[in-house]
Amino acid sequence: MLKIDKTDFDALRRHGEETYPHECCGVLLGQMDGEVRSVSSVVRCGNTRTDSPQNRYHIDPRELIRVQRQGRERGEDIVGFYHSHPDHPARWSTTDLAEAHWLGCSYVITSVEKGKAAMTNSFELAGSDEGDKKLVDEKIEVT
Amino acid sequence: MSAPHELPHTGLLNPAALFGHHSTMMTKINIPTPLRQYAGKQPTVEVKAGTVAEALSGLVSKHPDLRRHLYTDDQKLRSFVNVYLNDEDVRYLQKEATAVKDGDTISIVPSIAGGR
Repeated sequence: MLKIDKTDFDALRRHGEETYPHECCGVLLGQMDGEVRSVSSVVRCGNTRTDSPQNRYHIDPRELIRVQRQGRERGEDIVGFYHSHPDHPARWSTTDLAEAHWLGCSYVITSVEKGKAAMTNSFELAGSDEGDKKLVDEKIEVT
Repeated sequence: MSAPHELPHTGLLNPAALFGHHSTMMTKINIPTPLRQYAGKQPTVEVKAGTVAEALSGLVSKHPDLRRHLYTDDQKLRSFVNVYLNDEDVRYLQKEATAVKDGDTISIVPSIAGGR
């Protein structure tokens, strides 16, 4: 389950509206507690896939290292990532699964239809390794 | 005159002379969230290493369960595993032969990507 407050939830959705018709992406920082991932910060990142931003995203590892370092200073861990699907359902694609490697983290997807955020869904990357990984629907509790 | 194993003019012992010169340093390795369960739940691991290769080798020696997550069956670093020495991707340095020095930090960063 993903727990997130309304301010952070709205922020990640708004990011997708601002980057429309391109995919947005970012990092969710917070705490892991068993099956519950609690978000305390949402950090926008750049999408390095400038070659195909309407349907692809990639976060520069160097940016992630910086985000992780800043989060660690506040006692926060990386608990997941978010991105948007412009004019496309908020469901994971085969590309989303193939490119997902942070087992145990949440992958949040927002569909942005004609520039307005519509559905936001979250998926846990479950499994023990690359061979059996799968994205599983999880509840988002917005507080 | 100082003995060979003494620092000049001080009489203090010189560890390098006594034990031989060590070119390896203690290097900190940042472990990403999904791999911490295979590294004793630690966010960082310190190893003694002179190169990135030695550091990673030291890491999987200490925590063997990490090996399959970092390496393919033919012992090559998985393509989605990015290894950074401080803020530099080692692919653009000397890859795993990149030397590490005192105070350096290695970060293991699985890639984050996708799309509809």
